[in-house]
Amino acid sequence: MNERARLLLSIADDELIVGWRDSEWTGIAPTLEEDVAFSSIAQNEIGHARALYELAAKELDSDPDALAFDRAPDEYLCAPLVELDLTDDWAKTIARRHLYELADELRIRALIASDDRELAGLAAKIDREEVYHRMHAQMWAARLRDEPRFRAAVDELWPYALGVVAPAQRAELARRVGLSDDSSLTVFGRGEHTPELAELWNEMTEVRRSVPGASW
Amino acid sequence: MIFEVFRRERKGQPFAHAGSIDAPDASFADAWAREQYGRRGESEALWLVPRDAVHQITEWADEFDLKYRRVDGYSIKERLRVARERAGTAPAVDR
Repeated sequence: MNERARLLLSIADDELIVGWRDSEWTGIAPTLEEDVAFSSIAQNEIGHARALYELAAKELDSDPDALAFDRAPDEYLCAPLVELDLTDDWAKTIARRHLYELADELRIRALIASDDRELAGLAAKIDREEVYHRMHAQMWAARLRDEPRFRAAVDELWPYALGVVAPAQRAELARRVGLSDDSSLTVFGRGEHTPELAELWNEMTEVRRSVPGASW
Repeated sequence: MIFEVFRRERKGQPFAHAGSIDAPDASFADAWAREQYGRRGESEALWLVPRDAVHQITEWADEFDLKYRRVDGYSIKERLRVARERAGTAPAVDR
């Protein structure tokens, strides 16, 4: 697989899996309004994944659904941060949104500035939706800033957040989050997976696997 | 705090009351209203008004039954037709 396909799949997998995880809150978010907003953001992320899989599919002579659902769990290129099952903990869920959006913003900015015109164009389009995701994450982070549970969640997820961006972007991410990217930290980076990914994959691909090759 | 939400479907149309949002502050109201009342492209613009800012009138004094102030049973159509004829601006086909 070439570098471009790898890059596209890494981001697409992040967006698909984080969208899946966030959509697990549908119906059980803290308030009705937040339920609607959170579910809508989750759907947006999956929409971004779709657009990225389409580019990757052209590169790999495949199709977007096959890339999203027909690979084995260990072939996914997502960062461990997005795999974690946090559905029992809103503070951790918001901590992940907050960290993920900050990391994603760095990544998108770099893509918009890249020479890959097709990918830069898509990144700019995605960014216009991400503005509202960031607004949502920021308002929650500001509100929970002094909550010990939220602070502990951010600290706990920080080594995972560092794994979302390229090593060269980690210092900048640390500056934005206000935490240290000390080299003694064990970063949970791309390439390794949590056991939760296999569980998620099982559920996510269940229907598609039930009738292989069917068109839905 | 409660925000009353008004939405406009298209430019040029009036804003209509859509519902309300109970949010801890204006930034939450913004994010929530955006999704609740606009995620399907059903609104071109929203107004969020803190309920406290709404000056409400519910009390009416009509002690003497001043029916003649109302337009019930008063047909303006005929008077309008005559007035238009007089002014020479009658429409070609009577609507």
